[in-house]
Amino acid sequence: MELDPVLLSRIQFAFVVSFHAIFPVFTIGLAAYVAVLEAIAYKTGDPVYQKLSQFWIKIFAVVFGMGVVSGIVMAFQFGTNWSVFSYSSANFLGPILSYEVVTAFFLEATFLGVLLFGRDKVPRGAHLFSACMVAFGTFLSSFWILSANSWMQTPAGVEFTDGMVQMTSWLQAIFNPSLPYRFAHMALASFITGGFVVAGVSAWYLLKGRHPETSRRALKMCVVMLAVATPLQLLTGDLHGLNTFEHQPIKVAAMEGHWETQTGAPLVLFAIPDSANETNRFEIAIPYLGSLILTHSLDGEVTGLKSVPPEDRPPVGIVFWSFRIMVALGLIFIGLALASAWQLWRGRLFESTRLLRALTWSIPLPFVAVLAGWFVTEVGRQPWIIQDVMRISDAMTPSLDGWMVLLTLIGYIAVYAVVFSAGVLYLKRIVDSGPDPIEPSEIGMTARPKRPWSAADIKPRPATDNPGA
Amino acid sequence: MELIDLTLIWVAIIGLGVFMYVLMDGFDLGVGILFPFAPNDDSRDELMNSVAPVWDGNETWLILGGAGLLAAFPMIYAVFLPALYIGVFLMLAGLIFRGVAFEFRFKADSRRYWWDRAFFGGSTVAAFAQGAVVGAYIQGFETEGFIYVGGAFDWLTPFTLMTGLGVVAGYALLGITWTILKTEGRTQQWAFQLAPWLLAIVMVFFVVSSLWTPLTNERIMSRWFDHLSWLWIFPTLTVAVAAWLMWRIRQRAEASPFIGSLILFALFYAGLLISQWPYAVPPDHTFWDAASDAGSQLFLLLGVLFLIPIILGYTAWTYWVFRGKVRAGEGYTGH
Repeated sequence: MELDPVLLSRIQFAFVVSFHAIFPVFTIGLAAYVAVLEAIAYKTGDPVYQKLSQFWIKIFAVVFGMGVVSGIVMAFQFGTNWSVFSYSSANFLGPILSYEVVTAFFLEATFLGVLLFGRDKVPRGAHLFSACMVAFGTFLSSFWILSANSWMQTPAGVEFTDGMVQMTSWLQAIFNPSLPYRFAHMALASFITGGFVVAGVSAWYLLKGRHPETSRRALKMCVVMLAVATPLQLLTGDLHGLNTFEHQPIKVAAMEGHWETQTGAPLVLFAIPDSANETNRFEIAIPYLGSLILTHSLDGEVTGLKSVPPEDRPPVGIVFWSFRIMVALGLIFIGLALASAWQLWRGRLFESTRLLRALTWSIPLPFVAVLAGWFVTEVGRQPWIIQDVMRISDAMTPSLDGWMVLLTLIGYIAVYAVVFSAGVLYLKRIVDSGPDPIEPSEIGMTARPKRPWSAADIKPRPATDNPGA
Repeated sequence: MELIDLTLIWVAIIGLGVFMYVLMDGFDLGVGILFPFAPNDDSRDELMNSVAPVWDGNETWLILGGAGLLAAFPMIYAVFLPALYIGVFLMLAGLIFRGVAFEFRFKADSRRYWWDRAFFGGSTVAAFAQGAVVGAYIQGFETEGFIYVGGAFDWLTPFTLMTGLGVVAGYALLGITWTILKTEGRTQQWAFQLAPWLLAIVMVFFVVSSLWTPLTNERIMSRWFDHLSWLWIFPTLTVAVAAWLMWRIRQRAEASPFIGSLILFALFYAGLLISQWPYAVPPDHTFWDAASDAGSQLFLLLGVLFLIPIILGYTAWTYWVFRGKVRAGEGYTGH
């Protein structure tokens, strides 16, 4: 049987990058949350924040570990499966990915050691500093990787001569047209993901009547943040969409299910796109609304899929439905966040059983939304690996056999299945055991905020022997 | 820019990056290779906790190696990775299993031994694959331009099997001397007993590879044997350092065995570079053929010259924070 190495490589890359993506999107948000908790604990000496931070650092460590090991795979995937693309774009992508390593990866990896194991070994300020560096590192890393990705979507600052990228402007290439929107959209997605996980776990504790003190505090923080972030995400998403409409109109046509280029385009709510016949089946649409959203005018012109030959179009169904899943989830998040904030304001959040239950059940949803969003943007630019410059089929490693890719694809699936199920199991164990209880001896510390740095001396030593090094 | 040869500077930077990786991840992979041979479970806890705070930073040098090659010598990146496709997968799978073992082992309760095996297996496979890469680099690659045109298993030969096993032994030596430095009591006792044997095995691999390499390759043969040159100071030094190392282990010295192992690795590395210079993708392409645009090399160089000292600074700081012996109850603990 003839195996198609291009298709298999695409499946392999989609699999490893999707698997990887769910970890950083969570850890970026969670790292920022841990840094905030550490800062409050440092300033007030309040043991509640200290316990919360210790608890979420445990979760962070497991998730971050899975993110690191799956991230190392990504650093080599470009070369193993897409070596022609890597070689051709090395003049730009090489330095960008290297800057990600030297500005971000070292920062987060090195200070993580101090954050996890150094609480009793360094001054409290240095520990807080480490928490901030880990958070800053994860954030910075997303900037560089999104710059690289955005450049592949909206290439700028380069010339293509003899199949090689030659730099003309580093600034234009790094800050290419879609970077600001993608970065804002992704940063907010990280905070929303982290927020919903922390809120969901806290809500679950409250439903079970466990750790009420810490859980109320955590839930309150998250609900306030989410009530701001989720509506803001709708706005950045809209701006990102308009930017895509300007630079990648065919992607938007696939998202919206528009086949014909038309003025006064409708907003398609439901349809089953049929690529073979170049039409939608069972379409439910609102007239003119599509043009209104995309061009801010009722009779604005919207490009359709038929404006390019079939071989230049993305697979419409995946893009169309992923986009609807993402938007629907985003709207659910806004509803949940605002309802929770409203109940919080009325002082009834912690007793609203139904809302707490909804928050608990929504823990996996932000991950689904993030993956759906990436499917939209990545599948939507097919068949291009660099928009309008290089096709996926021309990017692959020439020496690859289909069976080699298939073999390693099965290998990655097997390895990740083991790692993921074990990781989820251990995360569940951490959540089951919950934050450490607050000792009666620690409660008095809140009354003494004048000398927060002395809290470390007051704190009872753990039972195990301390080297005092 | 004619005054400064950027390519040469990048050879030095990538060379330093790879060397940092080999030394730093070398000892923590080595600890993984030694894992099943430790005297008891408490020793295994100590071994793992001795590297837990630093392994992640150590492994970041590997990512720097990958990204740095893409930036400065894209041809190496575009030839080595396709040529070593299956080997790279094995290395990554190994690194995944050993990496998550740090977090998972102490949470696994009765299933802990599964992660002990994952830590050992993953570390050993990753070390072996890296050794095979060194062997494949000495062997050379069949290329047309920047495209690899050889087969999927060209890299797997008796010679690369030997270099693979050699690196496993070498990392184990780094791991055991690290254990001497970081532990005491029963665990350290065990390390002192094992270290001379590992050193002997490593020296056997050194002799075998030193003889075998020139025999497989005329270019390397002529470099070393055409006329007796100053190059021979490297093997001479290697033997001298090994002898000193053996003596210090016998004396139950705590720090110098680790330092001695690091110096041994530096000498092996120098020998390899001398043999291969100036070929980036042997037998056809030099580092200058493999280089990216001068503009790209310069753009990254400015950042790297500024950032590497800072990275080395805070890395040194964390090693200083976690200095001294590991004791039970520190780092990860069983729940």
